[in-house]
Amino acid sequence: MNDMQFTDRAVDQKETKIAAQGVNVHYGDAHAIKDVNVEIEDKTVTAFIGPSGCGKSTFLRCLNRMNDTIDICNVTGNILLDNEDIYDKRVDPVQLRAKVGMVFQKPNPFPKTIYDNVAYGPRIHGLAKNKADLDEIVEKALRRGAIWDEVKDRLDKPGTGLSGGQQQRLCIARAVATEPEVLLMDEPCSALDPIATAQVEELIDELRTRYSVVIVTHSMQQAARVSQKTAFFHLGTLVEFGHTGQIFTNPEDPRTESYITGRIG
Amino acid sequence: MPTLWLVVSLLVLSAAGFVFGRQRAMSSAEGNAKELHSLPSYYGHNVAFTTLIPALGALAIWLLVQPMFIENRVSGMIPAELVPEGSSLSLMMSDVRRVADGLDFAVDNGVLSGAEASAMDAANTDVRAFLAGIGVALGAEVSPEILVAAQTYRQMSNTGGILMTVLVAVLALAGFAWSYMQTHKDFRARNVVEKGVMSLLIFAASLAILTTIGIVLSMFFETINFFKLHNAADFFFGSTWAPNFRGDSELSILPLLWGTLYVSFIALLVAVPVGLFAAVYLSEYANNTVRSFAKPLLEILAGIPTIVYGLFALLTVGPLLVGTFGKGGFLGVEWMAGATSVLTAGVVMGIMLIPFVSSLSDDIINAVPQAMRDGSLGLGATKSETIRQVVLPAALPGIVGAVLLAASRAIGETMIVVMGAGAIAKFSGNPLESMTTITTRIVSQLTGDTDFASPETLVAFALGLSLFVLTLGLNVLALYIVRKYREQYE
Repeated sequence: MNDMQFTDRAVDQKETKIAAQGVNVHYGDAHAIKDVNVEIEDKTVTAFIGPSGCGKSTFLRCLNRMNDTIDICNVTGNILLDNEDIYDKRVDPVQLRAKVGMVFQKPNPFPKTIYDNVAYGPRIHGLAKNKADLDEIVEKALRRGAIWDEVKDRLDKPGTGLSGGQQQRLCIARAVATEPEVLLMDEPCSALDPIATAQVEELIDELRTRYSVVIVTHSMQQAARVSQKTAFFHLGTLVEFGHTGQIFTNPEDPRTESYITGRIG
Repeated sequence: MPTLWLVVSLLVLSAAGFVFGRQRAMSSAEGNAKELHSLPSYYGHNVAFTTLIPALGALAIWLLVQPMFIENRVSGMIPAELVPEGSSLSLMMSDVRRVADGLDFAVDNGVLSGAEASAMDAANTDVRAFLAGIGVALGAEVSPEILVAAQTYRQMSNTGGILMTVLVAVLALAGFAWSYMQTHKDFRARNVVEKGVMSLLIFAASLAILTTIGIVLSMFFETINFFKLHNAADFFFGSTWAPNFRGDSELSILPLLWGTLYVSFIALLVAVPVGLFAAVYLSEYANNTVRSFAKPLLEILAGIPTIVYGLFALLTVGPLLVGTFGKGGFLGVEWMAGATSVLTAGVVMGIMLIPFVSSLSDDIINAVPQAMRDGSLGLGATKSETIRQVVLPAALPGIVGAVLLAASRAIGETMIVVMGAGAIAKFSGNPLESMTTITTRIVSQLTGDTDFASPETLVAFALGLSLFVLTLGLNVLALYIVRKYREQYE
């Protein structure tokens, strides 16, 4: 084993947060996800890697039922969050999404003030009893988003006026403000420059102490840097899932090895 | 029809130019099209256009200028004391033209020779009887001065026609020869033709702009005439609209403006909520099947001629409202006397504006990036919360712009208010009374027997210009807001 650099990051076995069993996704006639089984642990960063079109983003969007907003998308199989099926009829997707927050590829602050951006979720879910309470929630979220110092004097300015990296951290703060249990990130750094990327990655590592984070990325270095577990998707199937160190140094499947060494994808 | 023949021969020459230009280009490249700088047809087009366009332009300008020039010269020949009481120089000039046309007609039919027509003398011939004999009826005896003027008119027209033909032919042939000589395999025909096409586009664009300026200027000068005859302070600040033909009319815009704004306000009250809700449904909730037939159906409303809406107001909505608020109606009140009222016109105009508001708002709501909706849904917001708190605020400036555009249409709308709003100018807050608007008054001041020198008629131009300024202001404001909004997502 030459994964010495990863050994200190190998995590202890933690309890399972999300368990997917036999998940299939169809877009109309196209079979996008084929029989995927995966267990996502709590307080862990799990990375989904794979070539474009392999279904990793689609699978990510299954985890908070964002695919419901696409008419032709059909999801089958079980996805359990804390042992409850999120596709059960009794589950309200809206409440699920409050528990499973999401950060998108392109920073998408609302055309509102920075404060209102962060306060949006808490207001909708009635998390604050009064204004002072809300102020506290906003400040805490912005601190956790590692952007408080940069914006504390301009909370009443529009969020769209920030730089790309700041916007993305604002979006992370916005997601954190609703106190989710799981944070899904769909290529959160693909629109950012290397400095902003480093800031966001550092932030992801901090978030791990409180949340289960799932990140889709095209950058294998990024997956290796921030994640403890890695899942490799190819053509809609989950090829390999395991500790990041093992996937990157000693993959079991030849397709995984080809991808991480740059021969496919 | 010598002008028609001139144009036809120009077209023939230009078509020949295309063929010859192409041939010359090909032969200069010894039949090998790859040697040419441009495709062979570009050389043809170059010759064809150079032949046609300057000649055609000269023809158009000549045809516009010649009558003005001759009119000017000939009208100077008619002594002022000859113009009878109650007539004017322009009426005399139309006599001159009729006599000249009659003489032309006689010459064409062989009754007179050209020399005889020029030599005819009013002292020896009864011109009126003579022309009546060949079927040209005149309203009055022809005085010697008019006959002389007519003969001069005829002569100048003929000379002008010949000069024009010569000029156009020379231009066409010169263009042909020049461009034909230029045609050579190294000549950049493609670039030249494309430049020509670009000037055509510029010409089209400037024509539209110049027309707008022309309309505004003509209104402006008539308005100045009006203010020479009528007190401007009364027009802008008076409180009564009571035109009469005794010369002491009270012509104030304010009661009309009140009616216009009141009707428009009710129209917007109907159109904005309905249109906006329809747009929200169509862009956010409707699936593709519903959308694909509901949207065109809604837009059919926009294609209905306004006169049909007027009929709808007069025959359906008006009686319906009378049946509700009028005597013997089912509310048991007597609030409404006739079918025409501010409410009738406002409601129907609102219906007309629904597709306008909904279609514009639909586009604007669709322009809100999907990422906004995803972001909100991803935070656990419901669809309705997302629309109310993210999509609509993001689209708001654009929607305000759409509403302002709808308002400027409502203010300028004519047929519906002519038929639905009534004709009484007054200040009243009661929507069930009939009132009148600026556009309705413009129509009524200009229809029927009108004398274009009285303030009662000229006031229409002042009203029109005021209306134009009002709607222009609204449009500029709307465009400014819409543009500001567009910058937000770039």
